Amino acid sequence: MEALAFHDVTLELGGRQVLSKVSFAIEEGEFIGLLGANGAGKTTLIRAALGLIAPRSGTIRVLGGTPANANASIGYMSQTRSASLGTRLSGWDFVACAADGQRFGLPILDKALRFDVDRAISLVGAGVLSRRPLAELSGGERQRLLLAQALLGKPSLLLLDEPLISLDINHQQAIMKLVGELNRELKLTVLFSAHEINPLIGAIDRVLYLGNRQAALGTIDEVICSPVLSRLYGTAIDVVRLQGRVFVMAGAYEVERDEHRHEH
Amino acid sequence: MFDYDFMVNAFAAATIVAVAASLVGYFLVIRGQTFAGHALSHVGFAGATGAVLLGVPPLAGLLLATVAAGAGMGLLGERFQQRDVAIGIVLAASLGLGLLFLHFFTAYASQATALLFGNVLGVDSTTLFALLGLGLVTVAALAVIARPLLFATLQPELAEAKGVSLRLVSVLFLIIVALATAASVQIVGILLVFTLMVAPAAAAQRLAIRLWPGLALSVVLALAEAWAGLTLAYYTDWPTSFWITALGAVIYLCAHLGPGRRSAGQEAHHGHTHHDHAHHDHAHAGHLHEAPPEAALAGSRLALEPKTDYQKG
Repeated sequence: MEALAFHDVTLELGGRQVLSKVSFAIEEGEFIGLLGANGAGKTTLIRAALGLIAPRSGTIRVLGGTPANANASIGYMSQTRSASLGTRLSGWDFVACAADGQRFGLPILDKALRFDVDRAISLVGAGVLSRRPLAELSGGERQRLLLAQALLGKPSLLLLDEPLISLDINHQQAIMKLVGELNRELKLTVLFSAHEINPLIGAIDRVLYLGNRQAALGTIDEVICSPVLSRLYGTAIDVVRLQGRVFVMAGAYEVERDEHRHEH
Repeated sequence: MFDYDFMVNAFAAATIVAVAASLVGYFLVIRGQTFAGHALSHVGFAGATGAVLLGVPPLAGLLLATVAAGAGMGLLGERFQQRDVAIGIVLAASLGLGLLFLHFFTAYASQATALLFGNVLGVDSTTLFALLGLGLVTVAALAVIARPLLFATLQPELAEAKGVSLRLVSVLFLIIVALATAASVQIVGILLVFTLMVAPAAAAQRLAIRLWPGLALSVVLALAEAWAGLTLAYYTDWPTSFWITALGAVIYLCAHLGPGRRSAGQEAHHGHTHHDHAHHDHAHAGHLHEAPPEAALAGSRLALEPKTDYQKG
């Protein structure tokens, strides 16, 4: 079954077309790296899959149904780390707030929900972290809790929007390893957006590369190559492979690195 | 002390308001909206004095003004709520307006002090029942929206993705804040609402990091402030509102200066940086409190956290 499929989809944001007649299909169980320059539409694509944005034209199918129907089976990690991260509430309570959080009523979790929270926390190895106040955790530690939150409710599809932002090398590797394991052992389909391809090499099955209102889905060798990327970036792109790593160059610019250098 | 009707009423009123205000205040503190709560009471001042001018009971005017302002703030959205300049201007303009209304009705000038600083010792049965009603509605309404409110507060994007209407929750919450504010004004007055709504909750969050213990502690601290304040006022003849405010400040200070909840090995994280810098984290590469990421899923990870037996299910 296709986990996520776009058929001729046009997405607009603020009057500007972000994606134009884009079609692709991601199979169940795949680990897909979502790449593209700033403003290329990575977050917009994810939000459309969540049902937060309706396509101007075309259809989006998530887990065989509409985005709204599939919502409960999607685990989502958003890009913005909101201001509430200064809160003194414990990590456990932070993760738990998302357990059935949209239902009205008192924030009391029954045994089944508490078990789900504990399970999600232990899957990411954040048991000890969860007992500390959120404000005292480092970025990498908080990222684990955000991942745990995305695992609540046993989702089939994980949409992770830039999980590696502002993490140092150690934590980036840890998260990559963790998500890879979740993909393999829990058979979760993963859409993982990132700045650059190198941290993802070896972990992902295919790449979904966005740019110029278009998308290209394929293996790293199929997509990360000069003709495809030149079309997506709208400028002459060279792809340099050195010692197993990939450098996407536009003239003297290392495109992926420089595009995002000043973002945070 | 309890031989006097007015003291019994005062204690009853203060109890009701302390419970409602501190519960609402807990969420105000988490949401970082305490200043907005402060502004609502000032808008209430214009409402109350305007009501007196029109010959309507001041509590009615107070309620109407605060609820309208609360709903308005919620509808205007995040941008307005976070702008302390905008809120400050609304606050000052409301006080000015209230002063104007008082000016036109000089016979009620003495009401000004009561409105501004509270009049808990002057609570009669009618007011007491009104407060009871307000308190019950506040707590009940809060109980209904508590879950999505917490979710929207801690994780607005995820909550939105899961179907929570952030705007609706925001408006409902601010209306609840307006109700609790109107009730608090009876006890400590417009200018001192912070002391019952914010001080106990802020102190509680320093001392308790779990949700329900934190909520419970907020209520306990608020009750302690209110009851001790009344008792001290009775025996010293100094104003009740002064004692309640002073106790609030003391509680808040103690919570921050005293042993805050800090876990072992925490000294290294000073909580200032949300971004990990390479040098910062390399120094802590051997975290004791982080489970080694190399451990495989399910099996060995659960073995690393031998917490409770239901995890083996």
